Amino acid sequence: MKLLLNGASMDVQDGTLEALLTTQGLGDAKVATAVNGAFVSANFRATYLLSDGDSVEILAPMQGG
Amino acid sequence: MRDFYGITLDSMLMLGTAQYPSPHVLADAFKRSAASVATVSLRRESGRDRAGQDFWHLIRDLGVHLLPNTAGCHTVKEAVTTAHMAREVFNTKWIKLEVIGEEDTLQPDVFGLVEAARILSEDGFQVFPYTTEDLVVADKLLHAGCEVLMPWGAPIGSGLGLNNLFGLRTIRAHFPDIALVIDAGLGLPSHAAQAMELGFDAVLLNTAVAKAGDPAAMALAFATAIQAGHLAAAAGPMCPRDMATPSTPVIGKAFLK
Repeated sequence: MKLLLNGASMDVQDGTLEALLTTQGLGDAKVATAVNGAFVSANFRATYLLSDGDSVEILAPMQGG
Repeated sequence: MRDFYGITLDSMLMLGTAQYPSPHVLADAFKRSAASVATVSLRRESGRDRAGQDFWHLIRDLGVHLLPNTAGCHTVKEAVTTAHMAREVFNTKWIKLEVIGEEDTLQPDVFGLVEAARILSEDGFQVFPYTTEDLVVADKLLHAGCEVLMPWGAPIGSGLGLNNLFGLRTIRAHFPDIALVIDAGLGLPSHAAQAMELGFDAVLLNTAVAKAGDPAAMALAFATAIQAGHLAAAAGPMCPRDMATPSTPVIGKAFLK
């Protein structure tokens, strides 16, 4: 299926949000996730099935003022 | 010293973590100044460089309170979603709520700010709203659940200091029991001292330290100025007057004409 991941289009295998994080090398990372503009808590990533066309945001700690 | 949602801070300096020449310089600025709060943010992460993970380890080791922001958010929905993501990543109820309404000045959209503050407060967040010195907005933010207000000194990153002394004096006088933090626009330690002399409870800044020639030395200068201003406010400043009055007693002066 096709996803928009952090603004970039990509083809991925069907699966959960947790599986996507793992394939992106972020399975163990300190990140927060949102799908289609809605926050998805870490507790729900393993059961959150992604759909074709979803827009996924993966955010991590960053410098801020 | 005032508490912030039940937390009493060791220092009245809240310091941003952006724009430093290097992570080492950032850490040094926090060590030298003993700042008690670090503002942080969230940005997109890739598995290739994992930049956020290195930053996470750096700020965790600073041993300070973390205040995540919603910088760059222009809508209530963006700000609320970002706050939820920040709460999970940084494991804190604190959120520096920014809803930007105007690009040139980065002036807050106070209507969106009040709405987002209400939503987040009802959801258990402890909101630090980046606002103006407007008393009506301040009152609405307090009714929305905020226990801290953060009026701007001047536009973010401008270094102009306290642009509206009358407004800032007024908000301090109007809300004597509320924790007030001057957030943004300070350029010099004297600006921070002035804010504290006005009776504000803390100062939040970033660019003036990060963009200094020696950020760690400037951070220390700000911390020292904040302490001086706080001591001055507590000591009870004299009332200014228009005409001179001799400080040396006139009585007993020799007649030598």
